[in-house]
This record gives sequence, structure tokens and C-alpha cells, in this order.
Amino acid sequence: MSAVLKIARDHVDAMIAHAREDHPDEACGVITGPAGSDDPVRLVRMINADRSPTFFRFDPTEQLRLYREMDDADEEIIVVYHSHTATQAYPSRTDIAYAAEPQAHYVLVSTAECGPDDGPVEVRSYRILDGVVTEEPLEIRE
Amino acid sequence: MAVEVRIPTILRTFTSGEKSVHGDGSTLLQVIDDVEARHPGLKNRLVEADGLRRFVNVYVNDEDVRFTGGLGAPTADGDVVVVLPAVAGG
Repeated sequence: MSAVLKIARDHVDAMIAHAREDHPDEACGVITGPAGSDDPVRLVRMINADRSPTFFRFDPTEQLRLYREMDDADEEIIVVYHSHTATQAYPSRTDIAYAAEPQAHYVLVSTAECGPDDGPVEVRSYRILDGVVTEEPLEIRE
Repeated sequence: MAVEVRIPTILRTFTSGEKSVHGDGSTLLQVIDDVEARHPGLKNRLVEADGLRRFVNVYVNDEDVRFTGGLGAPTADGDVVVVLPAVAGG
């Protein structure tokens, strides 16, 4: 497991676009890829069942559908992303408590400064394992 | 034939890395108890005093058990139980 997130520019842009669209509510989703590859390939927007500016939760029915698709394709979650709309792009206590995908990169997008419009946006990536947060660099591929 | 229980990555430490295990029972709780007998520690990650833990989703044959009786949800031979950690945060 590398200590860097290698990710396509298109995926970064898509996460930012999703975060802006859903602002001021938190946006969430995943990027899946072949199991064990650490290669994020397919971005899937997920419904925030909480529809909240301070919380997110994948809709359980939609999450099961995603699980079935990944299982059939021998994929796993490579990236879990969500937005913070009033705070910086750093995992909250709740984010840390819920983090349960040991293989995943947790990407935070903050729209606190830009809101739904163009403007400065913060995108950062972390590993969260057993309650320990470790930030890692993004290596963006053009 | 028993009930198949799909184990998420984070809980495979309790199942020696197995992606799925089997258990017997006519309710979800009985299946979990049966699996717990061979994979101790798993139950505590799924169940708390008053029911299923908030941060796990459990499905029996693709039905979210929160709507079908929780731990009392009926199970039968050949059923598939999927356990998924909730993806959530703040």
C-alpha cells in the first residue's frame, strides 16, 4: 500500500464538481478499481442519505448495489471521498470513528471558501487506520 | 447448506481472511451466534446491547434488516447475509 494517492486529474475535477453542486450539503462518493490494485478507475457519486451540511452517510440500498457491482467485477473501493462545506479538508472525529475501509484513501474536498462557485478549493487525502489519521500527497496524472 | 455470511475486509481478521463464512439459524441473531462460536470477536463488532450497531449495514437476501426485523430477521438455508460497514462521517 503506497503512501501516496495516484489519481487522474479528471477524477479530482469530478469530485470538486460534485462537492460544488451539493454545497452547502456534504457530497460523497467512491472511486473503485481492481481489487488489490490501488488504482482508482471508476468514480461513482453516492447519495448522501443524511442530506446535511455536517454529516454524510451512503444510502444503504445504493451501497449494497455498489457492493454487488464491485463483487461481480472483482473491484474494491480505492477512494472514499466527501466534502466539508464549512470547515477545512481534514477528517472530523466522526469521519475517523466511521472509517472502515482499511484499503481506501479518504479524500476530503472543502468548499468552505468557494461555496458552489469557482474559487479556491482544498483537496487532501488521508489514510485512516484504527483511529489514526495519516495525510498523504496526491500525485495527479494529467 | 446453511446461511452464507459475507464478511467485509475490515472484519476478516476474525475469519482468518475468509471473505465468507457459514452459519446455521432461523434468525439473523442465531446465525451470528453460530458464526461467533467459530470466529470469536465477530459478534461484538456487529451487535450492541439494544441491537445491531449503527455503523454496520446488514442485508439478508438484499433486504436491509433494519426494515425486516433487525436481529430477529428470519433466515433459512441458502440465504445470503451481507455485512457492510456504513460509509459515513461528518
